[in-house]
Amino acid sequence: MPHHQLIVVGGGLAGLRAAVEAKAAGVDVAILSQVHPGRSHSGAAQGGINAALGNDPDGHDDTPEKHAFDTVKGSDYLADQDAAIQMTSDAPGVIFEMDHWGCPFSRYDDGRIAQRPFGGAGFPRTCYGADKTGHYLLHTLVERAYERQVKMYIEVFVTALIVDEGRCRGVVAYDMIHGSFEALTADAVVMATGGAGRIYANTTNAIISTGGGAAIAYHAGVPAEDMEFIQFHPTGLLTSHILMSEGCRGEGGYLVNGEGDRFMARYAPKAMELAPRDITARSITTEIQEGRGIDGKDYVYLDLRHLGAERIMERLPGIRDLAIHFEGVDPIEEPIPIRPVQHYTMGGIDCDVDGRTKLPGFYAAGECACVSVHGANRLGGNSLLETIVFGRRAGHAVVADLEGGSLGGRDASAAGRQAVADMECRVANLVARGADGADPYAIRAEMIATTRDYFGVFREDAVMREGLAILRRLRERCARIGLRNAGGVFNLDLMRTIELEGMVDLALCVAEGALARTESRGSHSRTDFPARDDERWLKHTMAYHTPEGPRLEYAPVALGTFEPQERKY
Amino acid sequence: MPSITFHVKRYDPARDDKGSSRVDDFVVPYETSLTVLEGLFHIQENLDGSLAFRYCCRASICGSCAMYINGRYRLACQTNILHLHADEVHVAPMPHLPLVKDLVCDMDDFFAKYEYVQPWLMRASQPPEKEILQSPADRHKINMPIDCILCGACYSSCPSVWTEDNYLGPAALLKAYRFEVDSRDEARKERLPRWDNERGAYRCHTITNCVEACPKELNPTEGIQWLKMAAVRRRLFGKAK
Repeated sequence: MPHHQLIVVGGGLAGLRAAVEAKAAGVDVAILSQVHPGRSHSGAAQGGINAALGNDPDGHDDTPEKHAFDTVKGSDYLADQDAAIQMTSDAPGVIFEMDHWGCPFSRYDDGRIAQRPFGGAGFPRTCYGADKTGHYLLHTLVERAYERQVKMYIEVFVTALIVDEGRCRGVVAYDMIHGSFEALTADAVVMATGGAGRIYANTTNAIISTGGGAAIAYHAGVPAEDMEFIQFHPTGLLTSHILMSEGCRGEGGYLVNGEGDRFMARYAPKAMELAPRDITARSITTEIQEGRGIDGKDYVYLDLRHLGAERIMERLPGIRDLAIHFEGVDPIEEPIPIRPVQHYTMGGIDCDVDGRTKLPGFYAAGECACVSVHGANRLGGNSLLETIVFGRRAGHAVVADLEGGSLGGRDASAAGRQAVADMECRVANLVARGADGADPYAIRAEMIATTRDYFGVFREDAVMREGLAILRRLRERCARIGLRNAGGVFNLDLMRTIELEGMVDLALCVAEGALARTESRGSHSRTDFPARDDERWLKHTMAYHTPEGPRLEYAPVALGTFEPQERKY
Repeated sequence: MPSITFHVKRYDPARDDKGSSRVDDFVVPYETSLTVLEGLFHIQENLDGSLAFRYCCRASICGSCAMYINGRYRLACQTNILHLHADEVHVAPMPHLPLVKDLVCDMDDFFAKYEYVQPWLMRASQPPEKEILQSPADRHKINMPIDCILCGACYSSCPSVWTEDNYLGPAALLKAYRFEVDSRDEARKERLPRWDNERGAYRCHTITNCVEACPKELNPTEGIQWLKMAAVRRRLFGKAK
């Protein structure tokens, strides 16, 4: 049975950064990833990564403190302020490090890293490489991982943790290339599997962003924090829901309704199109609901035409390609039809600024984690930052904990064998029901439509209760799923069936958390409770797994630096 | 509702002899549009759950779903069936690569060659406190190669790869070019011997299949020719850049 000191699950930015950090300290580290790390969803990020470098002529007065303030205000004061301050003060250093490792950022004439304005930010603070920042950062870290000779298990699909004597001691995984379940033991596991966007039917997220890591942690008893806070990105392509970067508006793009009106003037007169995403997504949705979509339909326009061909080709070439290939629209010639779609999971595995969770030996970083730096609404450009800052910190924490002697324990092979046997038993039950069992794809389709229709941009009690009832029935049907294709290599049927149960469980966390939270805060916007209620709800939701569904508890928010106030933009 | 027939090349290591394959036909309905990747998911979910293919971003940036579709290398996610202007969709794995299952190719050699060229920025000097300055003009020089998504289409399309197992191929050499041409890179002799030889740049015979195959419209041949010139310059004048 393979053993490593550290297993990192997920090969996106957070996982790679954790692995590179630990490897540099001499730790025996292995990355396990469902796809080659260079194919991770981090690579789809477009607009940029925030750091108060002050490189822009308009940004000389920027500081990490101001970045922290914008982050906390953007979060509608639900972010833990110590964590936000930690992230923004680490930011310049990790950006320079990525540059030293070869990341091809766009440049100012003097050769420094270029920065663009982004939503909810007081200064042009978003470092970028054209509109492919995630792709460039991801490949830079993949390259560094190869340079450091980090061991990679590629196309390995992790399904459960090995827990022995109350500690996380490794993982069970389906080896897609060889077609078998295997145990890998470790002294520490860092979970870095990304977001859960695919629990929604309308998402910008990659098809593999199913929340697998968060669900595995949740099933192992680690609470899922703040899952009701789901970010809807204002500008998803109409047909495919593919992201049109916030950089489009950072570069000066307009949002225009069916009456040819730049409607953001009515919602955020100062910030206009660069209001934070929650506010912009609500504004668009309101325009559509009140019949001012294009031709009265369910979309508005993102108009870039006035930027001109040269600027679009230089700063937004990827956007242009995506609009042409996936919507048949050339933004140089025509406005782009867009609407708000699920984009980001603010919630996730409850952990601290060093990735540590309540389960010894188990850490989390990146979108699957909830530190919390994004609170109720993440600012654009802060997610790439989060992956690198907290990936690095988690890697560092594992090194420190290994040196401190607080990790490891007896040989975990027996626990690993048991965990594999449990998994094989679960699969055998699925196979036994076979074609007589419930159809996992029907359940999936109904679940992702339910989250979309009942837990969207605007929420209200009666609608959510109906949605919750549907999700509970789907959860019951999950127990009767049949698997038609047993065994073999690259068995998508097996993987997509196994991951479904976790997706439904996370959807239930979203639903229960949203129904319970009788206020509006950030992305969680209730028509029946339109105001923020700090007295009752300035607290984090902690969802614990029980056989009956999530049990909700609450935890205080770390305050102390920035006094909560009304958000105006 | 309109529909279209997918002819999908199949290979299952558990039942087919190595090197053999079958073609299965599936009728896939669609409303107004359909990408090939969406069609494959329809098949996998509704018609044959055993179908194997790679996927991730569905937005043409991850490089997972390069396939051979209606006689061309394409990303399945980026290919709308309406744009094929064909009555049928023929889907096959990228040719000339070993198969794992169905549309899934074995990419181990591809990534081993990528790793072999040492595709990372090398610095001889201490890094500055802040960023390494790079002029927009110097940054512009790497514009093309940094957009590579490592999908493998160029590698699969290259006759020099077909005929010489050891040839590094277009993607790995494009990556070498990407670093050699980066003004921040200070590699001296580390990377050079990796590509300046008969299994490296000189094995490219400018057939330019890679240029045609690339779904990102990149030009690996151009990068490889730059490497050849750089190597010659280095021999004649002692410096490459």
